[in-house]
Amino acid sequence: MKLILKILSAVGLGLTILPSMLVFSGAITWQTHAGLMVAGMLVWFATAPGWMKISRS
Amino acid sequence: MKSASTITRRLDALYEFDREPVAERKLQGPANFLGIYSGEHIAGTEYVIGPLFVSHGVTAPDFFLGLLVGNILAVLSWAFVTSPISVRTRLTLYWKLRKIAGPYLTVAYSLVNALMFCFLAGSMISVSATAVGLPFNMKMPALGDMLPNSVGWVIIVLLVGAAVTALAILGFEKISQFSKIASPWMILVFIAGAIAVLPNLGVASLSDFWRVANEKIWTGVPYQGQSKFTFWHVMFFAWFCNLAMHIGMSDMSLLRFARKWQYGFASASGMFLGHFVAWSASSILCAAASGSVAPGPIAYLGAGVAGAVCVVAAGWTTANPTLYRAGLALQVATPDWKRWKVTLWAGIVTTVAALFPALMMKLLDFVALYGLILMPMGAVIFADFWLLPRLGLRAEYAESKQLAFSWPALLAWLLALALSFALPYEIFFKALPGWFIAVACFVVFSAMQQKLQRSQPSPVNA
Repeated sequence: MKLILKILSAVGLGLTILPSMLVFSGAITWQTHAGLMVAGMLVWFATAPGWMKISRS
Repeated sequence: MKSASTITRRLDALYEFDREPVAERKLQGPANFLGIYSGEHIAGTEYVIGPLFVSHGVTAPDFFLGLLVGNILAVLSWAFVTSPISVRTRLTLYWKLRKIAGPYLTVAYSLVNALMFCFLAGSMISVSATAVGLPFNMKMPALGDMLPNSVGWVIIVLLVGAAVTALAILGFEKISQFSKIASPWMILVFIAGAIAVLPNLGVASLSDFWRVANEKIWTGVPYQGQSKFTFWHVMFFAWFCNLAMHIGMSDMSLLRFARKWQYGFASASGMFLGHFVAWSASSILCAAASGSVAPGPIAYLGAGVAGAVCVVAAGWTTANPTLYRAGLALQVATPDWKRWKVTLWAGIVTTVAALFPALMMKLLDFVALYGLILMPMGAVIFADFWLLPRLGLRAEYAESKQLAFSWPALLAWLLALALSFALPYEIFFKALPGWFIAVACFVVFSAMQQKLQRSQPSPVNA
């Protein structure tokens, strides 16, 4: 289960960063990039709490 | 005197759980410190710092070289100043300072720290408000705005301040956890936003970047009314923007859990993944927004809704623990108040401060001032730990003699501040000489104190 969550989280981060590179190369529009970033955000926050754990103390 | 001892007892009780040095089984590995440092140095205020450098007319070489050298010096400060003392004593700043400076002076330091925390959290609320106000077409504060610029700004700041305060009262731990989860995503939003606007600035390929960086981003020309920044400004700011944490020693609370002193080098993740990348990205976004410095609009320009959410999240997640810590420190001055009531008042002070855009627009100066005010106590700890024993003087003198406060530490703090402010330099350059002044004052006054004490006959022999 954790592995699936981690893969989905990676997809979320990919959807956050990769569209900007496609905008830079002219492959997609800014609007598409902004929409994909929202999707990436939702995927990340839906999956990351399931496996991330960092404690300060 | 009675009320002062009550305050001291209450402060001791608040920090009771970490009174003892950290036990061996609680020590942590390097990965945890890498994660914490990279998370803690991605805040909403990073969206302001890059644009402020641009507005002060930094050139591209000065910006990158200044950041590189300043960040390296910051990492070295954590590794060679904070970390060795942290792992040898395994105490928090509070308890170490209490042994050296005595309980009363430690209370005074905690209260000053709390006030600084309130203003810092206020700047983060201002940052969040610029993103929350986007859908309402709120008039954004401009670089020269010192006072609230519209009714809309006042309403949004009050709402954000109320939400942040309510969440700080309701639960700190979950927000802290959310902050750690958000940080990897936030740094990618910074980077993605900057990459997406590069074509608007005329960057068609990577080979264009340096030319555009010099001509359109870090142009070397300050905005109207702004002073000119050089390599030295960038370097000293990058080094000292976390002065209270490294040379000021407040990160003893974190690094006392490190298995080895070398874990202080983990701060590099925060300085380079965090500050270096985030300030560069927000500078690019500012240039693409034709010089706008309001964090909400520039983040939206690069990353759309995700960018605006990132600004709110980055401001909120850092304002909350800051406000919580301020409430914790202020609680000592209000013995009969419950925690929620103290946090509420800290939130009110913070929100009122956030109403003034000056706090955000003069963030570089405020951050430098914040570090400068708290730094001398870090110098006192450094001198007490490394220098006094080598000079044949007793360390942790206040504790050994059961003193309520250490006058050498108090004078070192006050004189270092007074002389630093008197120096004819800009605020960014005062802390370095200030540290040497604080160390010298504490060593000389400690020698005088201990010599005086020795020359007086003890009550038993008298």
